[in-house]
Amino acid sequence: MSNDVLVLAEHRDGAVSDVTFELLGKAREIAASWGGRTVALLLGQRELAGELGAADTVQCAEHAALETYNPEAYEAVVLQALEQLEPRLVLTSTTTVGLDLGAALSVRWDAPLVSYVTGLSAGDGTALATAQIYGGKLLAEVELSGPRALCAVLAGSFPHAAGRGETAPTVETLDATGLLDDLRTVVTSVISPEGGDVDITAADLLVSVGRGIGSQANLEVVEELAEALGAPLAASRPLIDQGWLPKARQVGKSGLSVKPKVYLMFGISGAPEHLEGMRDAELVIACNTDAKAPIFDVADYGTTVDLFDLVPELVSRVAG
Amino acid sequence: MRIAVLLKQIPDLVEDLELAPDGTDVDREFLAFTLNEFDDQALEEALCLKDAGDAEVVAVALEEPDVDQCLYTALAKGADRAVKLTGAGEGWIDGHRRSAILAAWLATAEFDLILTGVQAADDLDGQLPPLLAARLGLPHASVVVRVELKGQVALVRQELGGGTVADEELRLPAVIGIQAARQAPRYASISRIRQAQQAGGLEEVGAPATDAGPGYHLVRLLAPEAAGHAQMLGGSAGEVAERIVELIRAKGL
Ligand SMILES: Cc1cc2nc3c(=O)[nH]c(=O)nc-3n(C[C@H](O)[C@H](O)[C@H](O)COP(=O)(O)OP(=O)(O)OC[C@H]3O[C@@H](n4cnc5c(N)ncnc54)[C@H](O)[C@@H]3O)c2cc1C
Repeated sequence: MSNDVLVLAEHRDGAVSDVTFELLGKAREIAASWGGRTVALLLGQRELAGELGAADTVQCAEHAALETYNPEAYEAVVLQALEQLEPRLVLTSTTTVGLDLGAALSVRWDAPLVSYVTGLSAGDGTALATAQIYGGKLLAEVELSGPRALCAVLAGSFPHAAGRGETAPTVETLDATGLLDDLRTVVTSVISPEGGDVDITAADLLVSVGRGIGSQANLEVVEELAEALGAPLAASRPLIDQGWLPKARQVGKSGLSVKPKVYLMFGISGAPEHLEGMRDAELVIACNTDAKAPIFDVADYGTTVDLFDLVPELVSRVAG
Repeated sequence: MRIAVLLKQIPDLVEDLELAPDGTDVDREFLAFTLNEFDDQALEEALCLKDAGDAEVVAVALEEPDVDQCLYTALAKGADRAVKLTGAGEGWIDGHRRSAILAAWLATAEFDLILTGVQAADDLDGQLPPLLAARLGLPHASVVVRVELKGQVALVRQELGGGTVADEELRLPAVIGIQAARQAPRYASISRIRQAQQAGGLEEVGAPATDAGPGYHLVRLLAPEAAGHAQMLGGSAGEVAERIVELIRAKGL
């Protein structure tokens, strides 16, 4: 066992993901208080190692099967790295990569895992994690006192500036020979998103609607408002999954990230995956009949008036 | 082709979640429970696979509040069998223990494909699909939005975030965490559910004993104390609308 903190670096479209810098910044803080080192693990794309200067060392593995994310290949290599490096704490994110790998590694490396972590601090020989549960309606405080642990961190929880190092890290090579010869998982293609009919990422004002709308027929109500305001209509994921609106309208983790001047929301609860896509909006106004909805913790202005009462009033003022 | 769909009842998040006296669980006594929405998507995808070919769909759940209703609904929608694993205990069953119980049972039944929701709202210690796959030694993929079967291979589409997706082939048996089915979950009428209930046929099996806990110490649950809170706009709908229009105009829009 060591006192090292290991970060699983993520990259997409040839760039290191922002969340990786958040994790590196936090890892440095914890490693410093335990007297350990910060180690980044980078699979595929070795040329990105130079960006991970906040780590003391970057462990790289390269193989044809690691060029794009393959759950089985990544898991095999990360597991081997954990067994060899024996870090005290491993940080992943709650992206697809983190969701796939975190829990599987918890079983295979025999270490406890806390998921959806939003706060993390080093105690005396322990780590204390705060995690979201029930869609952010509650928090859980967890103490990790064993010799190893994993935390899957929710993107946006830590500042990323502290994770952007200026010095070049030491780069080492992990040998993946023999690990990836007989994979049961093959990635056949990676497909980038296609543009939609409207670009919600370019709008200054967005009207966004969630499951509180109740039915597809009811969408007319908010469509009318969006039109009157000259704003595109965006939505939370469930509406897209229902087929009520095209995918290009989805805000959030698996949709688009938007940063309008005003984000006007109706009937959206404020699940962490939705917040990931609208955190950078300048002014957030939320309408939700549940006064305890998590969205009110992030919105600037809120109202618990029923959307079906409020929207017609808005339309009459804007259109009039 | 045998497909297992794992279903889980979770507290309905529309309700207020009160804490139990010891502070490490929600007070389950008066809570309403509902099927995890992603499990509902997994069930739909399984039923679509059945519709498209030759597959037997088995719905599996632990004994939890209102689970009979949930399993009969699965039967009413078209599942071929429904299995309830009984006696795992009351209260919150964390992901590590849940996966150990399910893995022990699944290992004795021969399945080609195991589908379940990508996550559930109380997954504090990790998500079920990878926990289960690791215990069973099977390949897995999460955040999947489409599954097709071609012989002993599953063709899946996995969302990687930001709209990017990967198409993958997994050699069966495999575990898939479903984010969304190819179509909205089908509806079962009350009368169909009642028919299923009257026909009975819920298989009850004792849950295999296991003591796999998450391995950490849950200190307490608490309501989040937000760094900030929205300034609430009071008054009638008209007054609130007036204020919102002012706020938008103040931004120069
Ligand atoms: C891997 C993964 C990726 C995901 N990616 C995304 C993503 O990109 N984007 C996304 O949005 N979600 C995403 N999700 C889903 C996310 O977890 C939530 O399920 C989703 O955001 C909830 O949408 P909602 O707020 O519209 O619905 P709900 O959570 O059901 O909230 C509906 C709200 O409407 C309110 N309401 C009801 N009636 C009214 C009324 N008449 N007037 C006003 N308010 C009313 C209710 O109080 C409630 O708060 C993802 C989930 C996973 C697991």
